[in-house]
Amino acid sequence: MTARDEVLGRIRTALAGDRPEAGPPAASAAPPDGPAAPAYRTRGELDPPALLDLLAGRLADYRSHVRRTGPGQLLDTVRAALAERGARRMVLPPGLDLPGLAQAAPGQAGALDGVELITDGGLSAQELDQMDGVITRAAVAVAETGTIVLDAGPGQGRRALSLIPDYHLCLIEAAQVVALVPEAMARLRPDRPLTWISGPSATSDIELDRVEGVHGPRTLEVILIDTGTG
Amino acid sequence: MSAPTFLGLPTAPRGVGHLRGDEPFPVAARRALADTQLRRNLGRATRTIRAKRAAVVGELPDWEELRDAGQAIKAGALAHLDRYLEQLEEQVTARGGVVHWARDANDANRIVVGLVRAAGATEAVKVKSIVTDEIGLNDALAAAGITAHETDLAELIVQLGHDRPSHILVPAIHRNRAEIRDIFLREMVGVDPGLTDSPAALAEAARLHLRRQFLSARVGISGANFAIAETGTLCVVESEGNGRMCLTLPDTLITVMGIEKVLPSWADLGVFMQLLPRSSTGERMNPYTSMWTGVTPGDGPQQFHLVLLDNGRTAALADPAGRPALHCIRCSACLNVCPVYERVGGHAYGSVYPGPIGAVLSPMLTGVEDNASLPYASSLCGACYDACPVKIDIPSLLVHLRARHVDEVAETRRVPSPEAVTMAAAAWVMASPARYEAAQRGGRAGRLLGRGGRIRRLPPPLSAWTSARDAPAPPAQTFRQWWRTEHGDTGHGDTGHRDTGHGSGEGGETR
Repeated sequence: MTARDEVLGRIRTALAGDRPEAGPPAASAAPPDGPAAPAYRTRGELDPPALLDLLAGRLADYRSHVRRTGPGQLLDTVRAALAERGARRMVLPPGLDLPGLAQAAPGQAGALDGVELITDGGLSAQELDQMDGVITRAAVAVAETGTIVLDAGPGQGRRALSLIPDYHLCLIEAAQVVALVPEAMARLRPDRPLTWISGPSATSDIELDRVEGVHGPRTLEVILIDTGTG
Repeated sequence: MSAPTFLGLPTAPRGVGHLRGDEPFPVAARRALADTQLRRNLGRATRTIRAKRAAVVGELPDWEELRDAGQAIKAGALAHLDRYLEQLEEQVTARGGVVHWARDANDANRIVVGLVRAAGATEAVKVKSIVTDEIGLNDALAAAGITAHETDLAELIVQLGHDRPSHILVPAIHRNRAEIRDIFLREMVGVDPGLTDSPAALAEAARLHLRRQFLSARVGISGANFAIAETGTLCVVESEGNGRMCLTLPDTLITVMGIEKVLPSWADLGVFMQLLPRSSTGERMNPYTSMWTGVTPGDGPQQFHLVLLDNGRTAALADPAGRPALHCIRCSACLNVCPVYERVGGHAYGSVYPGPIGAVLSPMLTGVEDNASLPYASSLCGACYDACPVKIDIPSLLVHLRARHVDEVAETRRVPSPEAVTMAAAAWVMASPARYEAAQRGGRAGRLLGRGGRIRRLPPPLSAWTSARDAPAPPAQTFRQWWRTEHGDTGHGDTGHRDTGHGSGEGGETR
């Protein structure tokens, strides 16, 4: 008998006579607005400005740097962030779509205020390790937990980009912000590789004292783009 | 050699992995209690984490509803575990992954060694994973000439210190910063000799030490916090980014997962993404979580292997009363609130699963006989039940396992155990108020044995009780005697006993 058949057979033996005849439900947690909504919260109650305030506060609470700007000032805000960081060489995923910036083709480099902006065309891990940072967009942000989620979609790139460089500058649109984790789950596609990020890399392994900065980017900076601003 | 079975289903085999200690809990605990440095380290760390957890749990208005949902989802997943595992296999396979089934630790180790060899590698980077420690994977890899590099900071401290993990979440919780600095100075090649003991400096040293290994790794090995049957998605929750490194950079990823980790639906994961971080590190959300489904062309490992492990889990599943132990999501909240764990630490439990849940889970995986002292390693205070994010009633499970142990011993021995004799005698005495009172009067003679209100050694067969703990000396006056002195012989508040005594001729003692 194969190990597969044996393990499945053991499970059936273990459960025999001890479970309802009917098969399992297709999905055990009902969709957020389905008829049998779960008892826990599935929808936030904050209006958009309060939601952005909450996200900004929660991001800062776990040591992310936060800048708030309007769509018209986005490029200037990125410039200011890069200048403050002193970055010389940044990697960009294809499709960053930063208004006012003509992004180079994959594998090519452009520039902004003397900062080299290299569009990823399959850089090796070692090459990524030579970058000062990365600029990405995100798929969704969760205000209550101060979390941004990347799904490798346009402007986000493959997972290694936001992992190896030591500085991650992430651009979030107001419309991407939800209040609660279940709302984020409903928006995300599980068939994409997902990375949930809540503050910079950290550890609590020494005396349960939180220390920011181990293997992932040690600095996370988030620019919140609020259409109501400017 | 195979361990005894429960309902005919094999438990985790002996001679491999780390589910069994070398000595019983009371012996190990006595030594741990004598280590004042250990108690200071543990006390400090568990105090910190308890306060953080309480603060972030208090922020959520629907915490209890989330706990209820977590419990219900886990129970539903186990009730149809065969179906969900088949669905998971189907989804992972459809997305380019390969699923392997392992009956036990030996199967799993053989599979992983074979996969690393097939990848042509002699090294692998590892994400912190208790299940790979449960099966002794690092030993099996070493025996095959493969070097496993632990990359979680705490696991690295344990590995470099030639030590054993002592906590589910923070395996090096028993070490303080000065001890960690000494380990790094002694074991880390090329470390700055001026390394200080500030946590930031120690984390930086680990970053530099592991960077080259991450960037050149060809094989990554991980566990899994959750797997979604509906979508085939795997999920690893972490803090440092070492997990992301291991899950993203190598060409080949091997994930070993206990079969009880499967969740039915994608939406279910949203419940656990709220329960786990707040219970575990006391954070609203852990810094990094990776979710992946099979293989994504051009992003991350292009070979993905999922090893589904039984190793005694189906034996645990076969015990309906004990089954909820398999709901555990390894958050470690029960360790941090446990008065026993806080004083003795994780090593005393002898298993990779320490603390209250370990005292349940380890005997269920190995068979109670092989971890017979663990169900008694608790005062049954109930703090673990209150803290558990999936509402596992750990005290009841401990009592259940004690009963299982007594029953199993009774089946294999002709002479009843001291516990069985004592309990039978107690039942006879307590069935009658007159016998009970007489026994209490007799018990007062025990005051002669006591010093400072404690009895350190009772005569046999009761010495079995005092070999592991002191017994309080009986009071000079029993409650019943005190009641009669205070309230006279009216019998008020004692009506319940009249019926009990009626007809037996022994119920008249309060008149």
